[in-house]
Amino acid sequence: MNRLTLWFHKFGSPPTFYWLAGLLGPWFFGASLILFAIGLYGGLVLAPPDYQQSDAYRIIFIHVPAAWMSLFIYFFMAVNAFIALVWRIKISETLAMASAPIGAAFTAITLATGSIWGKPMWGTWWTWDARLTSELVLLFLYLGVIGLYNAIEDRRQAARAAAFLALVGVVNVPIVHFSVKWWNTLHQGSTVRLIGPSAIDGSMLWPLLVMALATKLWFFGSLFARARVSVLELEGGKDWARAEALRSGDMA
Amino acid sequence: MKYGTTGSACAAVLRRDLLLTWRRRGDALNPVLFALIVVMLFPLALGPEPNQLARIAAGIVFVAILIAGLLALDTLFRADYDDGALEQLVLSPHPLPLLLACKIGVHWLTTALPLIVFAPVLAGMLHLPSQVLPVLLAALALATPLLSLLGAVCVALTVGMRRSGMLLALLVLPLYVPVLIFAAGACDAAQAGLPFMAPLLWLGAALALALVLAPLACAAALRISIS
Repeated sequence: MNRLTLWFHKFGSPPTFYWLAGLLGPWFFGASLILFAIGLYGGLVLAPPDYQQSDAYRIIFIHVPAAWMSLFIYFFMAVNAFIALVWRIKISETLAMASAPIGAAFTAITLATGSIWGKPMWGTWWTWDARLTSELVLLFLYLGVIGLYNAIEDRRQAARAAAFLALVGVVNVPIVHFSVKWWNTLHQGSTVRLIGPSAIDGSMLWPLLVMALATKLWFFGSLFARARVSVLELEGGKDWARAEALRSGDMA
Repeated sequence: MKYGTTGSACAAVLRRDLLLTWRRRGDALNPVLFALIVVMLFPLALGPEPNQLARIAAGIVFVAILIAGLLALDTLFRADYDDGALEQLVLSPHPLPLLLACKIGVHWLTTALPLIVFAPVLAGMLHLPSQVLPVLLAALALATPLLSLLGAVCVALTVGMRRSGMLLALLVLPLYVPVLIFAAGACDAAQAGLPFMAPLLWLGAALALALVLAPLACAAALRISIS
């Protein structure tokens, strides 16, 4: 067996994953909290106000990283779903299902911060803009995966069915985005557009990138924490899981 | 042991499903009645103003037919799952996607085709301009098989569940969004006197793709839920 396969088998085994995720999780959380602090200070205090929107633009330091994460996590989930369905790796099932609620949360944050920003800027909480609509559909795709996973009794079968749905969704996301864009431009030529500062100033860009990195690290920290719990749940009958439960029971 | 040919297996599935529908032919009218009632609700809610209704008529007819199709989806595998026929279908030596395609085809014939036949009545009730009607029918003829095919994939995932209605809607409707946009878009363009062929061609392209891929996906999903 070559080294890569060996590596996969080793870290794909639930006890090793449980141990490794427990080791790395707090570090991810810690690093992301530090980066959040730096990014928010840079974005809310150091960066100058926008010449057009003054201070209202500052919500992009939450909104844009969350929007990036909503797509990144869907992609991450779909890749894991693919691995879970093709190679039947248990850990990938767990990772795919554990990432769905986090992705749904980021999508909800994107929609919420977007409409909070939209009220003073566009004068409305919601507009049927292409990007807003496809983000809303993305939220429904996440909720569908979570709903299907929770609706089936057998955990592994549930994970496989939901993983399949996630893969169907990944085909759907670009189609929805494209069709909604077409639909919107057909109806109304020039509606309110997202501001297009293609050349964003450096003083605004670095906090944005720091925040993007912080949300990524937060995602992995949160993912590991969630995946550990579900691994323990799935492997409840095994010796290592019992030993682990007894050990942490003694510590408490 | 000798098996029949794949063709005869498909013919058997087709004949059985058609016969089952024929024995309970009253049920075939249910989606039509449902769509009629939904269409009736809109003038009651929005007011009977003919011009206003005409403007949104195509959209209402599409949404009514889409929801009627959504509710009818549950019958695609339900009875077969309950009496075990579906498992026999999965176990059969013939390609499952092909057999499922036959089932989906019959389901479309018995639930969606009556809706298309009835669509001119619905459109007339909402004062849809008569020059838009052919476009509406063409869009429906392309869109409803697409809806059946996409819906079948999701139904296959929820087949073992007792109460899957709301969940099924959550799974299916995001997939229906592009279909609805193109189908309603064609009618809107026709009503505004603009060229309407492009969205119809997109629908046709999507249908060609779904005809090939959806039965495969449906079979894969069914194997996951029946295991």
